[in-house]
Amino acid sequence: MNLFESTRVAMLALAANKLRSALTMLGIIIGVSAVIALMSIGRGVEKFFVDQFTSLGTNLLYVFPGQLSEGPPSERGRERGVLTLADSHAINNPLRVPDVIAVAPQVSGNALIARAGNDMDVSVSGVTASYQDALSGEAAIGSFITDADVEERSRVVVIGSDVFGRLFEPYEDPIDQTIRVNNILFRVIGVMEERGAGVGGANLDEMIFIPLTTVQDRLFRLRTVSGEYQVSLIYASVISEDRMEAAQQQITDLLRERHNIAFRGEDDFVVINQSDLLAIFGDILSAMTLFLSAIAFISLVVGGIGIMNIMLVSVTERTREIGLRKAVGAKRRNVLSQFLIEAVTLALIGGLLGIVLGAGGAVAATSFVDNFSAVVGLDAIAIAILFSMAVGLFFGIYPAYRASRLNPIDALRYE
Amino acid sequence: MFKRFSDSDNPSPNGSDPPAGAHPVIEALELTKVYTMGDMQVHALRGVDLTIGFGEMVAVMGPSGSGKSTLMNIIGCLDVPTTGLYRLDGADVGILDDNSLAEIRSLKIGFVFQSFNLLPRTTAQANVELPLLYAGISGRDRHQRAAQALHLVGLDDRRDHKPNELSGGQQQRVAIARALINQPKLILADEPTGNLDTKTSDEIMDLLQRLNREQGITIVFVTHDPEIAEYCSRVIHFRDGRIERDERASPEIDSAPSSQVLESLPFDRP
Repeated sequence: MNLFESTRVAMLALAANKLRSALTMLGIIIGVSAVIALMSIGRGVEKFFVDQFTSLGTNLLYVFPGQLSEGPPSERGRERGVLTLADSHAINNPLRVPDVIAVAPQVSGNALIARAGNDMDVSVSGVTASYQDALSGEAAIGSFITDADVEERSRVVVIGSDVFGRLFEPYEDPIDQTIRVNNILFRVIGVMEERGAGVGGANLDEMIFIPLTTVQDRLFRLRTVSGEYQVSLIYASVISEDRMEAAQQQITDLLRERHNIAFRGEDDFVVINQSDLLAIFGDILSAMTLFLSAIAFISLVVGGIGIMNIMLVSVTERTREIGLRKAVGAKRRNVLSQFLIEAVTLALIGGLLGIVLGAGGAVAATSFVDNFSAVVGLDAIAIAILFSMAVGLFFGIYPAYRASRLNPIDALRYE
Repeated sequence: MFKRFSDSDNPSPNGSDPPAGAHPVIEALELTKVYTMGDMQVHALRGVDLTIGFGEMVAVMGPSGSGKSTLMNIIGCLDVPTTGLYRLDGADVGILDDNSLAEIRSLKIGFVFQSFNLLPRTTAQANVELPLLYAGISGRDRHQRAAQALHLVGLDDRRDHKPNELSGGQQQRVAIARALINQPKLILADEPTGNLDTKTSDEIMDLLQRLNREQGITIVFVTHDPEIAEYCSRVIHFRDGRIERDERASPEIDSAPSSQVLESLPFDRP
């Protein structure tokens, strides 16, 4: 009897007990769909970050205060390291840092903005005029913040395109209108073009931009002990991609000198590029993947035990059938393969249903989130199929072996 | 009716299919069977000599525990004797392992059971095809032969019915068709009318008798029922693991007395 016949016989046996077959598959279905859903969403997150970073240009360096390894970003750099506006100006010196062509300091925070009854929580970026050069963003309407605005600590604001959509009617001219940022009146001088991207998950289209000095004095009041303006991040645009490492070294040397760090002392800042950032996210994602794999493994084992249980019940229930099959000439391997194929088929169909359910669920769930969608990878599908088959095989062997060893005489008499 | 399929894997010593009557279907010599149950040894067979020729219709009768079921298991290649010699269609099958026994069953023996033992939720056609599945016959051949076998037992119009849609008598006819499908040398029927009413029993026995006479199929019944014995040309009475009496109702059907056949055989095993 060939594989095709064995499969046909096994399928007929499964079809004869549809409800039980379906319930047995449930463990595998849940396990596999959870794995597929989480993997697809994880892959989507990864793609989201990659898209966001690369859309900002690949020759951008980020200078953060503190060390990346020290806890969550919110606590980082508060005591250990501080970057100031003066640091930013220093990096902008072409004599010391020749490979950097534009430097943009930024101070970040959150604020509630309001206009005519509409309000919105946004990220506030305190920036200088050079922000436009470093991140190559343009104002679609009006103009961006100028050096004069920074100098004068003007209460002016440039809003992201999504912010415009929330606060203004599409036909309205936002220029010279006033909006409230944490209850302080600001004059709108520009609307940014749509970017569909951001830094560290913050969407540029949902940000507002205010002169750095204004943010420091009127919104967040971040100053060092010596009264210098503190910044949360400095962007440095490098002249070309092959000069990235050189620029990183130049900035590091300069800042170590400025911060009086001893020869063997640790940096109190980090200079990283996008691939470094992506690598960090990659580490986080692979830790997540490991965790998910453990959960997946447990659910597959549970599903497999369910299959084994049902197969054992099935063997007992069908003792007479097995006896008859043997009496009319079935060999041990015929019986073995029939029950093994039944177990594998159960697991495989469960796995396929799980894939459909998991992928569908992930895509449906993320369809409500802007700029983000789950990515169902072929490799995830292949792994799910292979794993469910392996589970069926592993947990089906013992019941099938039991069936194949039944003595036809006893089996035929079994009541 | 059937085209005989190749016997190339026939384990008969001379390697070819002998004409009916050249040697008996069943030759048993000094069969014993001992079961060990815990510390006890149960002697189910205590030395049975038996020869059944081609075309015979034999009833093996005896009370419960007489060993007739054990004999049937051995004759049906479901079990092997503890000692003694058993040849089925000229091939020594007392020494074979599980898989070889399964092959012999698939090629040479058809079973008919008291409780029919049809696969539930499976059509008559598929039930009849089952032995061919394990004999490695292709789908189209299986289909054709099963249709022929069902025709032979008069169930042409019930091919696609499942067992629960058939009467007891019809179910037993399906089982007989299944026993016939491999063109066996021997049909073993274990109380084939035990679950049927008198009228249906008569129909089933008539059918089996017709198959025996028209197709020349050797049939051995294991039964309590004296009415079955009335259909048979030979009745073997069993008691305490031995043959008590061997009665021949119509001697003209017998080819040769068993003793003659036994003496003429070149035994190389005791």
